Amino acid sequence: MERRPRRGRRSARRAVTGWLFVAPAFLVYAVFVLRPMVISVQYSLYEWDGVGASTWVGLRNYGRLFTESALSGSIVNAFKLIVFFSFVPVVLGLLIAASIRQIAASRFAGVARTVLFLPQVIPLVAAGIVWSWLLSSTGFVNQALGWVGLGSVARAWLGDFTFALPAVGVIGAWVLLGLCTLLLLAGMTKIDPSLYEAARLDGAGPVREFRSITLPALRQEIGVCVTVTVIAALASFDIIYISTQGGPGNSTMVPGLEIYYLAFTERQVGQASALGVALMVLVLACVLPIQWLTKERD
Amino acid sequence: MPALPTPPVPSSRRTRAGVLAVAALAVTAACSSPGSGSSSAAPSSGAGSAPAAAGGATAGAAQGSASTGASGAAGAAPSCGTAPVTMTGYFETGFPLPKALTDEFTKQYPNVTWSIREDQFAVITQNAPRTLADNPPDLMRLPQMSELAKDHLLLDLDSYAKAFGWDQWPASQLEQLRISADGSRGTGPLYANGLNFSMTGIFYNKKLAAQIGMTKPPATVAELDSLLQKAKSAGITPIAQFNGGATGGFAFPLQNLMAAYGPAGPINDWIFDKPGATIDTPSNQQAAAHLQEWISKGYFAKDVNSLDYAAMMSRFIGGKSLFIFDGDWESGNLDKQMAGNVGFFLMPPAQAGGKQAAMSAPLTYGIAAKAKHADCAAFFLNWVATNQQARTIAVQVGGSHPMGAADAYMPPVKAGTVTAATLAAGAKIGQDNGAMDFIANATGAVYAKSWTPNLQRMVGGQQTGAKMLASVQKDYQSQLGH
Repeated sequence: MERRPRRGRRSARRAVTGWLFVAPAFLVYAVFVLRPMVISVQYSLYEWDGVGASTWVGLRNYGRLFTESALSGSIVNAFKLIVFFSFVPVVLGLLIAASIRQIAASRFAGVARTVLFLPQVIPLVAAGIVWSWLLSSTGFVNQALGWVGLGSVARAWLGDFTFALPAVGVIGAWVLLGLCTLLLLAGMTKIDPSLYEAARLDGAGPVREFRSITLPALRQEIGVCVTVTVIAALASFDIIYISTQGGPGNSTMVPGLEIYYLAFTERQVGQASALGVALMVLVLACVLPIQWLTKERD
Repeated sequence: MPALPTPPVPSSRRTRAGVLAVAALAVTAACSSPGSGSSSAAPSSGAGSAPAAAGGATAGAAQGSASTGASGAAGAAPSCGTAPVTMTGYFETGFPLPKALTDEFTKQYPNVTWSIREDQFAVITQNAPRTLADNPPDLMRLPQMSELAKDHLLLDLDSYAKAFGWDQWPASQLEQLRISADGSRGTGPLYANGLNFSMTGIFYNKKLAAQIGMTKPPATVAELDSLLQKAKSAGITPIAQFNGGATGGFAFPLQNLMAAYGPAGPINDWIFDKPGATIDTPSNQQAAAHLQEWISKGYFAKDVNSLDYAAMMSRFIGGKSLFIFDGDWESGNLDKQMAGNVGFFLMPPAQAGGKQAAMSAPLTYGIAAKAKHADCAAFFLNWVATNQQARTIAVQVGGSHPMGAADAYMPPVKAGTVTAATLAAGAKIGQDNGAMDFIANATGAVYAKSWTPNLQRMVGGQQTGAKMLASVQKDYQSQLGH
């Protein structure tokens, strides 16, 4: 009876100490992350050019996201990019990681890992510039097509209405492939080797091994890869800003770039904030189900 | 790349504390409407939307009080005084002219030193309002400035114009820099001056021209058409025009064709945001249709939609294209890089002997409403237009015509150079009263968000000339809030 309040006091003191430790980080987080988010929501309810007087417009900025084809079109483009930024790197990453695991002992595996991870080390802006050269009308891609007799296919990829978005997607896939491969490879190394041994004794081939052991064990890693890449697709900006700036004719316009244009070129800070908030909601709506689906279940 | 979101694992108490904190922040933020004072979320007295004119009250007063280096005595002409002054400048990177002028100015007025920040024009465009509001430079390269004037961020230069006699210059030089209270241009107070005024037309490669038998500039649009066809047949790329990214360079040939088919006045009215102005006129329709014909006949490089300005220049200088539509700001550069091998002509008229017009605009520099040394900045702008050495620099380094009185000193230019050709063309435009501002300057966003995507669609065969003008007109009206 006597000890209970004392223990309560001690745990309360511990809680206060805990909060004191957290406080500086939380303060920084609140000022630089939470506050801008709240302010964005506030701005999204106004019509404002960033300097002069502002006018309260309620939810009108949000309404325009549905009625204006330029704004909704950018969101559709972002979803198309998911195929390149997410699906391609994760599937290819799985195949490559599985192959590297087979040859884990050889020196080639290390080289392959380094080469694949290299795009992660390069700033996205640099990647965008290099790929703009590669994909230009006289660039390496078109030259290579000429060498193999496909010169008729050659075109200015980033300036073509049909191919600009896929071309930008390829750059994203190239950047994100290394990250996915490395994450999945790390996941594979924690799988108990005896499982593979047992499977092999039961007569399973590499395909069966992959399907029955590797894939289920990588559930969480795949979840992380898909989450990261889907966010990269929906919130993409740098690669597109550098390579096409949304062109030709808005065919590669994405919400991230549209927000930038709205805020800094058109000076519609309210509309830009509304699209920003909508993008955040959209990202959460896509990512939370993925997190839930790939959660480890006992 | 966005960072991974860390999944929160809050206890109920932490959640409550977090919610409280966020709510507190939300309350502070919601107390002030954006635009009232600074961008911070500090609570202000007015709940809801209290409109505030940032700097509005200071704009009028600034002129009287802003000078520190000046003589200060009432009635004395504005100057930089004799005490040491450090002038702040915000200039466009990649253009040597302003730096050459400020260096020469310091040589002549040793008490004045310059602290200059440089950015690309696109960056200046995006930064202009905030820079002028928060960190006002004395002298600044300006983008489209109607909104800046409306927000009271720029100094009204009318009293300087009177003091220095700028109002005696040919009116057309400063017309584009006048902004009336409703934001339309062409009339009203003067909000900027130019370091010189530049003009666009067509540069051509003389060697390639000789190959197709072009001995003199075309006298009509039809003659230009036949030259384009000859070049195409000879396997020479007729025009390598930039049209990639967010700056569709097809606005250059389009506006030149507009100048050939119709008068400059209505186009200027549209650029100046005059009420009721439209770009969708019959003569502009003819121009757009003609541009479409050029596209479909293959007169432009195949990859124009991914070609940027730098790539266009390097192709032209490298002898891979007969023509480019560009401005005289490249004259100095081209005289150096392709000495003797480059010519320039204005867009020919539709009928032989007709009047000619061209995009021609001052290289706009303004003074912040809250500038510390407004008098000295105005004195500098006047010096640029009147000092012999400064005018020589404007021509030799800037490649364009200096501002100023019609009979002002002109430095000698070597005959046969492209700089001589562009200066002569400038005189012709003056005679024909054919100066137009750039159609991309009508509103802050019409270039990147309307002309560019529409012109790119035209190249891709997804837009006709007629529909393009209607579409641009619609965007223009929505951007102006009409």
